[in-house]
Amino acid sequence: MSAPFRIDLRDVSTFPTRRDEAWRRSDLRRALPNPVEPAPDLARPSEGGPFAAVRAEETTFANGRLPDGGVFARLRLTDAPHRLRFVTSAEQGGWQAGVDVVVPAGVAATLLETYEGQGGYVGSVLLSFSLEAGASLERIVLMDEPSEAVSISASTVALGASARFAQTVVATGARLQRHETHLMHPGEAVTVRMDGLYLLSEARHADLTTVVVHEGGGGTSQVCKGVVTDRARAVFQGQIVVKPGADGTDARMRHDALLLSDTAEVDAKPELEIYADDVSCAHGNTVGALDDEALFYIASRGVPEAQARALLMQGFIGEVAERIAHEGAREVLAAFAAKRLEALT
Amino acid sequence: MLSIQNLHVSVDETKPILRGLSLHVPAGEVHAIMGPNGAGKSTLGYTLAGRAGYDVTSGSVTLDGEDLMALPPDQRAAKGVFLSFQYPMEIPGVPALTFVRTALNAQRKARGEPEMGAPEFLKRVRAEAASLKMDFDMLRRGLNVGFSGGEKKRMEILQMALLQPRLLILDETDSGLDIDALRIVAEGVNAMRSPERSMLVITHYQRLLDYIEPDRVHVLAAGRIVASGGPELALTLEREGYDRIVAEAA
Repeated sequence: MSAPFRIDLRDVSTFPTRRDEAWRRSDLRRALPNPVEPAPDLARPSEGGPFAAVRAEETTFANGRLPDGGVFARLRLTDAPHRLRFVTSAEQGGWQAGVDVVVPAGVAATLLETYEGQGGYVGSVLLSFSLEAGASLERIVLMDEPSEAVSISASTVALGASARFAQTVVATGARLQRHETHLMHPGEAVTVRMDGLYLLSEARHADLTTVVVHEGGGGTSQVCKGVVTDRARAVFQGQIVVKPGADGTDARMRHDALLLSDTAEVDAKPELEIYADDVSCAHGNTVGALDDEALFYIASRGVPEAQARALLMQGFIGEVAERIAHEGAREVLAAFAAKRLEALT
Repeated sequence: MLSIQNLHVSVDETKPILRGLSLHVPAGEVHAIMGPNGAGKSTLGYTLAGRAGYDVTSGSVTLDGEDLMALPPDQRAAKGVFLSFQYPMEIPGVPALTFVRTALNAQRKARGEPEMGAPEFLKRVRAEAASLKMDFDMLRRGLNVGFSGGEKKRMEILQMALLQPRLLILDETDSGLDIDALRIVAEGVNAMRSPERSMLVITHYQRLLDYIEPDRVHVLAAGRIVASGGPELALTLEREGYDRIVAEAA
């Protein structure tokens, strides 16, 4: 089965390079030529963070440490939303942490996961999700980090029968920022949503990588949107594998990116590998500039050009937030994206 | 009202399409522009609305004495120009309601008028949508996304009804419409006729003019107006085709 790299920040030989296909477009060894020293301890940040408006339980790693000094958390989620925060403040140095998340049978959970910080730190998190039969999880990830940071978040997801897993990752990039998800889809009425949004400026780099392996039928739906400007670089790698016998699979993948400058770059690698017969799969991928004809249409109705561009871009990215079920989280993300978009243009 | 003098327009910097077009549309009148394919009909519409790539190489266009060609498209709209597109654009993710309200308030702002509040706006939209037999819930969806050809044209009429332009340019509004949709759209246009408003109805076929009766009919061929007349000219064209009249003018 597909799995994330086991990265040990103290040992550069464990850092993937361009020679590793899954990391070909995000060369970690090049970003980190030397072993990473541990970041100093950090005072406990105050509660809240970007999703402070949502009433929730909270687990916070501060420079990779839990309040008791540990680096590994086990979460057993309930119907109440839960904030999982990775807060870093370090000019250099790094941390590694691990989280096991269990959603018990019948529970409908919401996880609000945020990556926040200051400085040129290195953060690496390995998460493991396990949804029991009939459990449902909506996972909202916001990676809003400084331009000097290196940040890697890798997850594996295992699903019980009739589980529902929905993920939305919003990334604004960093020196190197990567969010990676490996999901084993057992079929059996399981549904999966695997969405993403990246909004990149300056020389930022964001990499959204997903691997969904259908062992059985069932649905997977993926919508990833991105807007990239300046010299920023986005990587989208979306892989859906439909194994032999996974009949009845319904998999849909879309990736659409807007390039606002000639020096920005988007590397898109959508992959559908189908080894079963009775499946319904579709994927679409576009990278381009704003549609001049649409801009003229909007302007011809009286909207000034700058406002027309903003309207078109809001519409372009809007679908990602709209697909979020949790109303409070949806509002936070929509507002965040709108503000970020404004800064991009 | 609308005055076009000896207009020459090239598209994409090379191809001359309009070659000395002159036209006057007084306030309150509806003029039809008919012509064969490739005559420059759509170019005229796009030029008046200010589309990039349509370069005026000579001539002038004024609306109530004011030079239109110097203005960007949004300012022309604020002055009252409205081009109804042959193929209205789909704008995913921007609800039709948001789109129209943004346009309306942008125009009002440009004219120094106060913005229209949501309650009044919604009241007006509901009334107009009902008279166009449009499902109001459709207006909450992305503009024109998943709309049929007829629904898109009705959406155009709804926009003009709300924006209340002074100069209406209808570019092949009948294309892709069945008879029922055509009737509804034409009724919408006819309801807009007023002594203060001029209309330019661009069409290849006479059919639309059975529903929107013009005061004058002009034949556009090879980038110029080659014949003008009353409504009967459209019937002559329908009967005899464009060949004779275009040949005579040449």
